[in-house]
Amino acid sequence: MEIKQKKEKKEEIVRIYIMGREYKVPAGLTIMKAMEYAGYRFIRGCGCRGGFCGGCATVYRVKGDYKLRMALACQKTVEDGMYTSQIPFTPAEKPIYNLEELSPSVNVFLEYYPEIAKCVSCNTCTKACPQDLEVMDYVQAAIRGDIQEVAELSFDCIMCGLCAMRCPTEIVPYNVALLARRLYGKYVMPKAKHVEERIKEIESGKFDEEIRRLKETSMNNLKEMYEKREIEPE
Amino acid sequence: MSKIKIVRGYPEYMRESIEAVEKTRDGRLKETFPHMSLEERDEILHKFHPDYKKEAKRPVKVGPNKGDLMPHEVADLLEAHPLIKPEDVDLSKADFDVDVLIIGGGGAGMTAALWANYSGVDAENILVVQKLRLGDSNSIMSQGGIQAADKSNDSPVLHYLDVIGGGHFTNDPKLARRLVLDAPLIIKWHEELGVMYDRETDGTMITIHGGGTCRKRMHSARDYTGLEIVRNLKDEVLNKNIPILEFTSAVELLTDEHKQVAGAVLYNMETQEYYVVKAKSTILTTGGFGRLHIQEFPTTNHYGATADGIVLAYRVGAKLRDLDAVQYHPTGAAYPEQIVGLLVTEKVRGLGAQPVNKNGEQFVYPREPRDVEASAIIRECYERNNGVETPTGMKGVWLDSPMIDILHGEGTIVKKLPAMLRQYKRFDIDMTQDPILVFPTLHFQNGGVIINENAETTVQGLLAAGEVTGGTHGKNRLMGNSILDYSVFGRIAGVTAAKRAKNAKIGKLTLNHVTKYEKMLKEADVTTDRKAPILLPEYRGEKVLSRALDIF
Ligand SMILES: Cc1cc2nc3c(=O)[nH]c(=O)nc-3n(C[C@H](O)[C@H](O)[C@H](O)COP(=O)(O)OP(=O)(O)OC[C@H]3O[C@@H](n4cnc5c(N)ncnc54)[C@H](O)[C@@H]3O)c2cc1C
Ligand code: FES
Repeated sequence: MEIKQKKEKKEEIVRIYIMGREYKVPAGLTIMKAMEYAGYRFIRGCGCRGGFCGGCATVYRVKGDYKLRMALACQKTVEDGMYTSQIPFTPAEKPIYNLEELSPSVNVFLEYYPEIAKCVSCNTCTKACPQDLEVMDYVQAAIRGDIQEVAELSFDCIMCGLCAMRCPTEIVPYNVALLARRLYGKYVMPKAKHVEERIKEIESGKFDEEIRRLKETSMNNLKEMYEKREIEPE
Repeated sequence: MSKIKIVRGYPEYMRESIEAVEKTRDGRLKETFPHMSLEERDEILHKFHPDYKKEAKRPVKVGPNKGDLMPHEVADLLEAHPLIKPEDVDLSKADFDVDVLIIGGGGAGMTAALWANYSGVDAENILVVQKLRLGDSNSIMSQGGIQAADKSNDSPVLHYLDVIGGGHFTNDPKLARRLVLDAPLIIKWHEELGVMYDRETDGTMITIHGGGTCRKRMHSARDYTGLEIVRNLKDEVLNKNIPILEFTSAVELLTDEHKQVAGAVLYNMETQEYYVVKAKSTILTTGGFGRLHIQEFPTTNHYGATADGIVLAYRVGAKLRDLDAVQYHPTGAAYPEQIVGLLVTEKVRGLGAQPVNKNGEQFVYPREPRDVEASAIIRECYERNNGVETPTGMKGVWLDSPMIDILHGEGTIVKKLPAMLRQYKRFDIDMTQDPILVFPTLHFQNGGVIINENAETTVQGLLAAGEVTGGTHGKNRLMGNSILDYSVFGRIAGVTAAKRAKNAKIGKLTLNHVTKYEKMLKEADVTTDRKAPILLPEYRGEKVLSRALDIF
């Protein structure tokens, strides 16, 4: 049996401008794959290729429009007449801190990122976000010291850097959000008691004997135990 | 060429099949297709799993695993010339002299770096080399979750049974034991770092099933579990001031006269300069091989998953295992074309979505072990011809995602699967309303470098952790056990490396193993101009490549 997951077909071609230089590429490719088709081999500007790492931040403009738009090169389809340029690195500041010595206080953001106070609520960061997060709202929440709000609104952030690049007051929203989530996860969310208890049981050797028996039992026995194990219902 | 009419993200012709799926939905909500017995599993695997295709593999001709069957794509890399010649590199002076060198800055690498540091190695005596940016890895992409038996109805013993049964009883029992016993401790460490695992208001972890689990023990952080863990690890590595060399790859390990590993030769991908690192302990955390596109499958893996680690380890004589076993994830995106091969997390099935064919019929239990589930989907598309064909000629089956909100309440997908929802929204598909089309995709390197419980390879001075290693999962890994794997063994590798660094004496740096390897290739009559490791896949257009001149 042959698995054939492709069909030869004639491709529609579009014209794109990679950093201003024109290339003809098949329609329907992502910006990333179109650049590769054109002959670029990425060292920077390409990480996960799946919308998770934020390594492929891109600025683009479409035909007949003056607006600069933001996207992830691995998640955006090329259009005819598109101009694109990548921003593989954002030279933003990340303060060094020891989480053990911090507390989830109302002022913690203003202490490490005092520039957030300068936010002019222009919403440019939100418009820049390729994840469609409410970036400005969480920056405002950070100014209020609302850690939970920042953590929850920013949770899907992939730290691509585009919000920081666009902010007219030099705020680095994604790093503020990182601090918020870490504080929230460490100090605010309730701890799981059952995890603690299980660790104690393991340390006391409670399961050692049973696992040893499994390791030593015959293959047939093991298979039978596996097949007969009870499955927790949905 | 006539344009295909697209209706809410799908070509109009696919809508007919979607209607069939909608029609059977009510009935299917009430019944789930039964499990397969072990015999049935065995049969379907032999007939339909890509791994059982004889033509896809060959015995490797050289080295410690000579004679072992491996996919051609892997054997090609082991039967290849090293990238550097000993005479090109000046080993008389090391550019870096460290206690612990960590090759690969994904989940395993960062975990090892932190635990080496916690175990007493000063940050400046650690060096992490990373091909891409720190954290750009398979680890950041994992979505579904991490297993740990920490609930009262569960136990590490049951987890152990699942790991071993899922691996078809081929696992190294010592590694499997360590994996399950250290799991709760890892969850606790993550809690302390600040990882926002999904929890009830009283702190109880929200856990669900994964393929092949007998208890609900999958812990997740929405469907960005890997992102959330990696963000924490990365911030912590930066806060500890652990030195990192980004856009730099290890291209060869170094040995000394005592035949122990003694560091590595690195290559700056941008400036093309090399660096020599002398290290008392070297930890290999380079991840897997998805970007080899074995049997031409698309892959879920990140850009740098090119099997470099197994090549480096093999050259210094480390033994490998189970590389014949490739994991194809049953549900890769089959449509739209832009995201073909990307992962549809198993959590989608964990939350109740069933795989159904073009007529809206179930054909498999939704959560068989991965290889079994993948085989059933291939059978449905290629033997029974019940798949849906896409405009580019891919076949796939539906994953009935709208069931999730029906089963667990409206808004569940928005809350629990934001990454998936976003992925499809970007291409105008609403998975809360319409099913999504899937087909197996190359996902995970089950086998790899042999390690023991201390994360030591068969060669002195070389440790390894994470996807680059083999044994823990045997021939088939279950979902949620590899985040766990890189955490458990990354931690152990860091601790062991720190211990070793206290007493290890490194002699004169050599590349003698490279000369020896070349000799072996010659004796085995391997004639090739292939070189390895390949560092990055080649995706440039054919036309450009055929016209490229090497003159600048
Ligand atoms: C899309 C996806 C979803 C997944 N979902 C889950 C899940 O839900 N649960 C689960 O348990 N597992 C999941 N997995 C598997 C799991 O994420 C990986 O197995 C695991 O993260 C591997 O970690 P690692 O640190 O060993 O390798 P990686 O995280 O891949 O890190 C290896 C790093 O080494 C670098 N590198 C490679 N070669 C070199 C070199 N020569 N020099 C320097 N650096 C190098 C790479 O670029 C990379 O950054 C998923 C995997 C993928 C791809
Ligand atoms: S390459 Fe990772 S988000 Fe695009």
